[in-house]
Amino acid sequence: MAIRTQPVTVNLGPQHPSTHGVFRMRVMFDGEEIVDVEPVFGYLHRGSEKLAEERTYTQIVTLTDRMDYVSSMLNNQAYILAVEKLAGIEPSPRGVWLRMIASELQRIASHLVATGFLLQDLGALGTPLIYAMRERENILDMFEMLCGARITNSYLRPGGVFMDAPSEFWPALDRGLNDIVNTIDELETYLSGNEIVFSRTKGTAVLPKELLINASITGPMLRASGVDWDLRHRAPYDYYDRISFERKLHTASDNYARYWVRVQEARESVKIIRQCIEQIEPGEVRPSFDDVPRLIRPPVGDAYAAIEGSKGELGFYLVSDGGIAPYRMHVRASSLINLTLLRDMLIGGQFGDLFVTFGSVDLNMGEVDR
Amino acid sequence: MTGPKLIDPYGTPAGADPRGALQSITLDLDRTEGESVNQMKSTHLEPFPDPVLEVPDDLKRSVIVSSVDYLLNWARKSSVFPLQSGLACCSFEMISAAMARFDLARFGMEALRASPRQADLLIVAGTLTWKMAVPLRRLYDQMAEPRWVISMGVCATSGGPYYQSYSVVPGVNHIMPVDVYVPGCPPRPDALLYGIMQLHDKIRRYSLNGQAAGHE
Amino acid sequence: MTTVWSGNALAEAIEAFAPGSVESSAGTDVWLKPESISTVCEGLKTRSEFKFDLLSSLTAVDYIDHFEVVYHLTSLPMNASAVLKSRVGHGRTEASIASVVPIWRGADYQEREVWDLMGIRFDGHPNHKRIMLWEGYPGHPLRKDYVTYDQSIASTAPGAAGSQEGAE
Repeated sequence: MAIRTQPVTVNLGPQHPSTHGVFRMRVMFDGEEIVDVEPVFGYLHRGSEKLAEERTYTQIVTLTDRMDYVSSMLNNQAYILAVEKLAGIEPSPRGVWLRMIASELQRIASHLVATGFLLQDLGALGTPLIYAMRERENILDMFEMLCGARITNSYLRPGGVFMDAPSEFWPALDRGLNDIVNTIDELETYLSGNEIVFSRTKGTAVLPKELLINASITGPMLRASGVDWDLRHRAPYDYYDRISFERKLHTASDNYARYWVRVQEARESVKIIRQCIEQIEPGEVRPSFDDVPRLIRPPVGDAYAAIEGSKGELGFYLVSDGGIAPYRMHVRASSLINLTLLRDMLIGGQFGDLFVTFGSVDLNMGEVDR
Repeated sequence: MTGPKLIDPYGTPAGADPRGALQSITLDLDRTEGESVNQMKSTHLEPFPDPVLEVPDDLKRSVIVSSVDYLLNWARKSSVFPLQSGLACCSFEMISAAMARFDLARFGMEALRASPRQADLLIVAGTLTWKMAVPLRRLYDQMAEPRWVISMGVCATSGGPYYQSYSVVPGVNHIMPVDVYVPGCPPRPDALLYGIMQLHDKIRRYSLNGQAAGHE
Repeated sequence: MTTVWSGNALAEAIEAFAPGSVESSAGTDVWLKPESISTVCEGLKTRSEFKFDLLSSLTAVDYIDHFEVVYHLTSLPMNASAVLKSRVGHGRTEASIASVVPIWRGADYQEREVWDLMGIRFDGHPNHKRIMLWEGYPGHPLRKDYVTYDQSIASTAPGAAGSQEGAE
């Protein structure tokens, strides 16, 4: 005898212990199976694009690092590349090497957060997250040596960085890199040897690669399905063409693959930083104020520049009318676009997979809502 | 299976159940919620007065009001349970404050409760927008007294770097009365701990025959 | 290294398969007529000389007498990029353009955001609702004629209305 069931719609509201930020989903369940999902966001929409029309180009750097707040240096780098393309500024070499080091450290910190929160959502309440955050504190200490702030560090300026690294930064960086490699090995033993992680993340929320490309999804989600697309390799910016690194690919495109790609990318970032330390040379970290004035007035026109952020392609589109503030700034937010296929990933799955899948997309609400 | 007739405009994903899309029937719900946000925005334009504790004159030099009060306040301040309600960047400094380096467990506060019914302290960490103000006010209303509010970061105190934005509440004290303001963008975890210690100092001053904490 | 299509080369190639759809071209940009967006984008995605399978970014800019919708396209197999633009809403009348969601699914949330903040309609979008702001919000904030902050809250603001913050 067939039991008549009725689907129930539940609101997983903006405040929830597992949603990474203020994100709301209306989910329709039939028992344990998810029938439909409607994501609702905008709870952190602060109007950065409108405010940017009233700030000078240097002041907007502070707005950009509050967007994706776990990867501030990467946001700064994307914005500064767009400004340099728009205004035709030639950056100074030492500044470029320093900002590459800062960006790769920030990428490691962001992936540590993603992995730590995955293990928290799977049920290991707190302990692996504390290990990951303890390592992130070391990285934030290094950022504090560079520019004085831990999280929202407006470290980059058009043409380079704000100030040079102090002398105690370089030995701390050497020690820190060894510690990071040890922590990544430790976290990888949780992922690659743990029966619970395997059975809960392997084979869930599989996405075919054509659908991923059609939905404009980039970053670790795309590399977890076997597509070799990394902007540092295909469209090198800064000095990434003088660095060699591997793109780690996985073909399964399920939750486990997405996490595996992030952990491996953190290892590759360590290699990139070591190559940067070898190739950096002394010099000025930003052009003098005769070449690049404090108040930049780029010529009339527009420019789009994108970097490989920790979540995917992070791009800035700037339109200038010749004044000290941009006429229009648009952020191509990788987290917002990575959210496009949430419905496809969740429908047909079980309720227990909902937050694991949502965590594997690795969203950041500051970037989704801006 | 009974249920409303849904229309799926994307086509069904491969292998999924062809029952339709939720988003085709939720427009009315969105409109109702939008009206409630507009309602909140039009009525909450003046800030709430800050809850200041009046300690009587002859007891000004001593904060021990009575032995029952002393014990009750000591018990309350030693086990404040915060609510997990981080909104933006400051939430990461709040999480760092609960992690191993800046340990929040030494104050007895490491249990960040998920449900507002079990929490005493609402740390508003991050920028508050008008759309989020409605759920946040509902969270505050669901907390049982005594309840306290810490406004962490300049975005929650006054709107911060987003002060003149079209969708940002200029300070969480427009929505609920605030006990401690912690400035910073973001405040370091040590600064948050200092704010929490100030709150503990404030909790010591409450009295049973005075005003209850968080009572409106 | 990514090859960037120059505006003139892309305009010629588009005219070859969809004649009459290009308005003008300059630098790296091509301006298309709004009614030909669907056919041109379908061709750009499927034809073998282009293969633009990833829509990097979709946005809109408010030039006072018209709006401009900007598409940034990327081709993964050929490692190329291109920029398309289209002018709509001349004279600030009702601005609308065909939606490219049937071609590239990634345009979904980006078009909803342009509708929400700029007020340009996308015909054929499957879920044409506001995304960042709430339903019932008065106006479209990113337009140039929208006041920066609410006049109703201006009573608690320190300066006069319209004072530029951070002019230095």
